[in-house]
Amino acid sequence: MSVVLDVFSIVAIVAGLVFFLAGTVGLLRFPDAYTRLHALTKADNLGVALVVTGLLPQMDGVLAALKLVLVWLLVMLSSGAVSQLIARSVRRRECSE
Amino acid sequence: MTALVSLVVALLLLWLALWTVVARDAFVAVAGFVVYGLLLSLVWVRLAGIDVALTEAAIGGGLTGALLLGAVGRLRGTEAAAWSERSGAGTRAFAVLLSVGVATVLALCVLALPEPAPTLAPQAVENLAATGVGNPITGVLLAFRALDTLLEAIVLVIALIGVWSLAPDRFWGGRPGPRYGADPDGILTYLARVLPPIGIVVGLYLFWAGADHPGGKFQSATILAAMWMLVQMAGLSDAPRIDSRWLRAGIVVGPLVFVAVGLLGAWQAGAFLGYPDGWAKPMIVVIELALLPMLVLVLALLLNGAPARSADPSPASAETSMSERNTRPTPARSAGR
Repeated sequence: MSVVLDVFSIVAIVAGLVFFLAGTVGLLRFPDAYTRLHALTKADNLGVALVVTGLLPQMDGVLAALKLVLVWLLVMLSSGAVSQLIARSVRRRECSE
Repeated sequence: MTALVSLVVALLLLWLALWTVVARDAFVAVAGFVVYGLLLSLVWVRLAGIDVALTEAAIGGGLTGALLLGAVGRLRGTEAAAWSERSGAGTRAFAVLLSVGVATVLALCVLALPEPAPTLAPQAVENLAATGVGNPITGVLLAFRALDTLLEAIVLVIALIGVWSLAPDRFWGGRPGPRYGADPDGILTYLARVLPPIGIVVGLYLFWAGADHPGGKFQSATILAAMWMLVQMAGLSDAPRIDSRWLRAGIVVGPLVFVAVGLLGAWQAGAFLGYPDGWAKPMIVVIELALLPMLVLVLALLLNGAPARSADPSPASAETSMSERNTRPTPARSAGR
């Protein structure tokens, strides 16, 4: 059983890291602020979600696992809100030009 | 494997520090500084200094970063002019000599440290039980070296007075910063409504956990101050008037309680800031409880900056005062002429 869980953890975390890598490449390579934000939020949301999912079976105790889920929810909330704010300020600057 | 990770983080840190120093654009330099702070807190985690890591992330990266961003915003108008200025060869050579000299002396000092480095850690841990707290950092900060912490709190009050004293006379007693306009459907308003309840719980948890686990009033106060700033920036509440009585009372009550406990120690335990036997833990809790609101107020007000608006509560005059203050004198002044 524990082997299955370990394999699950490794697969999920590696998948999450792939998202982070893709997000970073996108952040460096994409042409404008909107597409860069698009790349970044994918990495944040899916990457962190997959890493957290992978770590859940490794936690000792429900409380620690719940803390991890809380971290994930907070990252989602802040990254979603901040990317909206950045996009809005970029748009405002474009409109005023 | 872990050595490799440490090496990569150390190299990244050095490169980031260099990048922050040589960046010409002030905003880029501040962005580099914030990332540097976050990376540094990772280093502290690797060194098992969780308390320092928390403080570095909250104060070094977060609060200082926000202060510097405010400074960048103010300097934006003059930045282009500053770029066109080039200092003379002599000045630049002197700057290079000075920084290389300081770096060399620091490096020599670190290399000259005795091995193992002198430490009071074993003694601190040995006598920790007498303080009643389980976290050695809290024990050192509030029992063995409580005087340092007291002076730190007083320095913060002096810093705030320094910031306030930059206010023009006519805004003295007014509110700091611009009045942020509220956008009821905006995402910032949403964030300012959803996040503070969670932030307040996390902040108070960090405060309470500081007795036995990493955490404490400083980290907690930063989070609480950040929540207050978020609510202000979303326009849901205004910055406080700096002549408000409760505000000033909240600021001075922290150091005053600290000094009172110290005097009590001089009377009861024979030394300033000494705790009577068995009373260490309650005394520490009293000091922490008095310092927490003071730190929240001071940190948030430092971010708010000097008063820049008159205390007039009517929103219309508060909004215009920002745009008018540079162009013509306030009505009160022109009436006097």
